[in-house]
Amino acid sequence: MIVRVRLFAIARHLAERGLWETTLPDQATIAALRRQLEREIPALAGLANRFRFAIDARYAGDCEQIPPGADVACIPPVSGG
Amino acid sequence: MNRLTYSPIDPGAAIAKVRSVDAGAVVLFLGTARQSTAGRSTSSLDYEAYPEMAAKELAALEDEARRRWNLVQCAIVHRLGHVEIGEICVAIAVSSAHRQAAFEAGKWLIDEMKRTVPIWKCENWADGSSDWVHPGLSEEGTSG
Repeated sequence: MIVRVRLFAIARHLAERGLWETTLPDQATIAALRRQLEREIPALAGLANRFRFAIDARYAGDCEQIPPGADVACIPPVSGG
Repeated sequence: MNRLTYSPIDPGAAIAKVRSVDAGAVVLFLGTARQSTAGRSTSSLDYEAYPEMAAKELAALEDEARRRWNLVQCAIVHRLGHVEIGEICVAIAVSSAHRQAAFEAGKWLIDEMKRTVPIWKCENWADGSSDWVHPGLSEEGTSG
């Protein structure tokens, strides 16, 4: 399946794009997505283990499966306020 | 009131949102853009958000605070985009029957917001460089 991942802040800046599109096996987990991110965007390899991920605008753990067509986002440590 | 805004925040509007004849206390917290951080001079800030998720998370925090402290009302509004020094970055207004709940809920709301809501700050330093702020990430490689 094709997974589209929104990138923000340092992730967007270092990847030089706001949207990363990748292909993963069906029922792939967030953990697999994280490993794929490290492989496909080397600029983020050293930081990816500190990023959280969201599926359909809520935080998702590493074991969660990504539903087809989900709205996925990469969430670097937040700094609002 | 929208919880995320690209326009200057009006603290009076935040207070008006929570004032009530049922409240004996209104607490307002304002986060404002500071001129220096760790001895380094800042010229301005830029905020970015994952807007759909940030709005949802802020609403969920308000709901949780109302439940935990039995508040009369609470309201959070966060600025996005370019912010000049001295401007308001975030306003949190809380009202309750008695002051302790409003103080406690206000502190909890800003602490939780800074921990969980997908909003990011970029410091534009006076020397012309910029850094995304990511607590816990190494300094190296975060220059923007």
